[in-house]
Amino acid sequence: MTFEPTDRVASVPPSGIRKFFELAEEYDDIISLGVGEPDFAPPWAARDAAIASLERGQTSYTANRGMAELRDRIAVDARERYGLNYDPDEEVLVTSGASEAVDLAFRAFLDEGDSVAIAQPCYVSYVPSARFAGADVVDVPTRAEDEFKLTREVLEASGAADAEALVMCYPNNPTGATMTREELRPVAEFAREHDLLVFSDEIYAELSYEHDHASIATLPGMRERTIVFNGFSKAYAMTGLRLGYALAPPEATAAMNRIHQYTMLSAPTTAQYAAVEALNSCDDEVQEMRAQYDRRRNFVLSRFEEMGIDCFPAAGAFYAFPECPWNDSDEFAEALLEEQRVAVVPGDVFGAGGEGHLRVSYATSLGDLKEALNRIETFIEQH
Amino acid sequence: MSDREEILALLRENARYSTEDLARQTGLDAEAVESVLADLESEGVVKGYQAVVDWGEVEPQPVRAAVELNVTLDRETGYADIAERLAKFPEVQGLRLVSGDYDFAMEVEGDSMSEVSRFISEKVAPVPEITQTVTHYIMESYKERGVEFGDGHDDDRLSVSP
Repeated sequence: MTFEPTDRVASVPPSGIRKFFELAEEYDDIISLGVGEPDFAPPWAARDAAIASLERGQTSYTANRGMAELRDRIAVDARERYGLNYDPDEEVLVTSGASEAVDLAFRAFLDEGDSVAIAQPCYVSYVPSARFAGADVVDVPTRAEDEFKLTREVLEASGAADAEALVMCYPNNPTGATMTREELRPVAEFAREHDLLVFSDEIYAELSYEHDHASIATLPGMRERTIVFNGFSKAYAMTGLRLGYALAPPEATAAMNRIHQYTMLSAPTTAQYAAVEALNSCDDEVQEMRAQYDRRRNFVLSRFEEMGIDCFPAAGAFYAFPECPWNDSDEFAEALLEEQRVAVVPGDVFGAGGEGHLRVSYATSLGDLKEALNRIETFIEQH
Repeated sequence: MSDREEILALLRENARYSTEDLARQTGLDAEAVESVLADLESEGVVKGYQAVVDWGEVEPQPVRAAVELNVTLDRETGYADIAERLAKFPEVQGLRLVSGDYDFAMEVEGDSMSEVSRFISEKVAPVPEITQTVTHYIMESYKERGVEFGDGHDDDRLSVSP
C-alpha cells in the first residue's frame, strides 16, 4: 500500500509561487517585491483585543458561522462601505481566511465535471481549488489592452457562457486592476443571461485608489447569484490571523457552512476577537495604510514610466504589473534575482494572460522600493 | 489632504526625499513640489532638516538628559523670557513649556555626565526664576521623532508569497 494521490490532487502542479519562493530563499540579501501581504503590523487595538481574549481564556470554539458580534459588525460594515445588505444570522459566514471561503464555495456549488470560468491572471489558489473540487476550469484571460478588466468580449471568446460559475477578483491580485460599477454592468448582464453563479473575491476592496470599490453583488439581479468574499488580511494587515468571510444568500451560506462545520468547525477564536475590534476602531489606521500604499503606487508607476517599461495604471491592491522586457518572464525574474538580488514574481504563475508580465508588490518600504527599482533599471541597462 | 500637507507628511517621514521622489509619490510635477517646499521654508513652517540618530550605535556617545524645570514668574518676566535665555545655550537641544507638575521640559546634551551636571548646576540652576531642577539621564532610546530603533530586521514575511 502506498500513498497515491487522487487524480484530482495529482493533476494540480506545485505552485509556481512556491518554486520562486524557494529560489528567493537561497539568498539572504534580497529586496523582495514578491510579497503578497502588507508590510504593516495589524493595528494595535486589534492586537490588544486578541491578547485580551487570550488572557481571558476565550479560546473555545465559536458558532460555526462565527461569533454573532462579529457577523453583526461585518454586516454593518458591508452595508456602510460597499452598499451590500446581508442578514448577519443567515447570510454571513466567517471563515479561516477568504481562501477557505473560496474553497467552500467551489466544493458546495461545483459538481464533478462542472466547469468554472476563472478570470485570469488571478490569485494562485482559484484554479487548484476548482480542480480539487473536481471542476473543469475555463480560462478567461483578461488583456493588458483592457487594463486587465473583465469584458463581455473576453467572456464570450473564452466560452464562459457554458460554465456554471464565474470567478473574479477586483481589485486584482496580481494586476492591481479595478473595475467601476459601470464596467461591471456588462459582466453582470452576461452572468444573468447565461445563468452563472458569480464568486467575487473582494479582499482588496479597501485598497482602491482611483474610485470607490464597487461590488458586482450590488448590481440589479446579482445579489441572488453572487457570493462575495472578503476578509481581514489585506486592509487590516492580519494575514497570519487567517480570518475571512463570505456574504451570500441564505441557501448559499447554509451549503458552505455544511462543509465548514465538518472541516474547520469555526474560524480561529482569537482572530475573531481581533476582527471585531478592527472593525470597531481601526478605520484611521486603514486609511493611513491606504495613503501610504497610494504614494508608493505613484512612485512605482512613475519609475517604470521613466524606464520606458509599459505598466498600465494599477488602481487597486498593492501590485504593479509591468510588461516584462524579456520574452520569458520566468527567465527574467530568475536572472534579476541572481544578479541584482531583487525578487519579483513572473506573471505566468498567475495563469492565462499573465505571461509577459511581472508582479511587483509595493507592500514594502519606500527606501527598499527605490533601491529595488534602481537595481531593476541597472539590470535592464546591462542586458 | 492638500499638496502642502502631503509633502509635509512625507518630509517628516524622510527629509532626504529628493524633489523627484516627492513628485513621484504625490503625482505633482517637480516645479510644484519645489514651490511648496519654498513656501514651507520661507513661512518658517519647516525650520530645518536633521538626521534621526541612534546614538547607541555610534562612538563616542553623547550624554543626554531630560530635565524638568520649575519656575516662578514676576511682572517683568514671562515664560518666553526664561525660554529665550535657556534656548541660547548650545547644550540645550530641546525646550518645551508643558502642563503638569513642572513648567519646562528641557533636553540637554553633553560629552559626559559631569559636563551635563555642571551645565545644570552652573548655568541653569542660577537663573533667578528657576526654583527647581530635576535631571533624568537618558539610559537608552527606543524611539525618536517617530522612528523606532531596532536591529532593522523585523520583516518576518516570506520573501515571496501569494
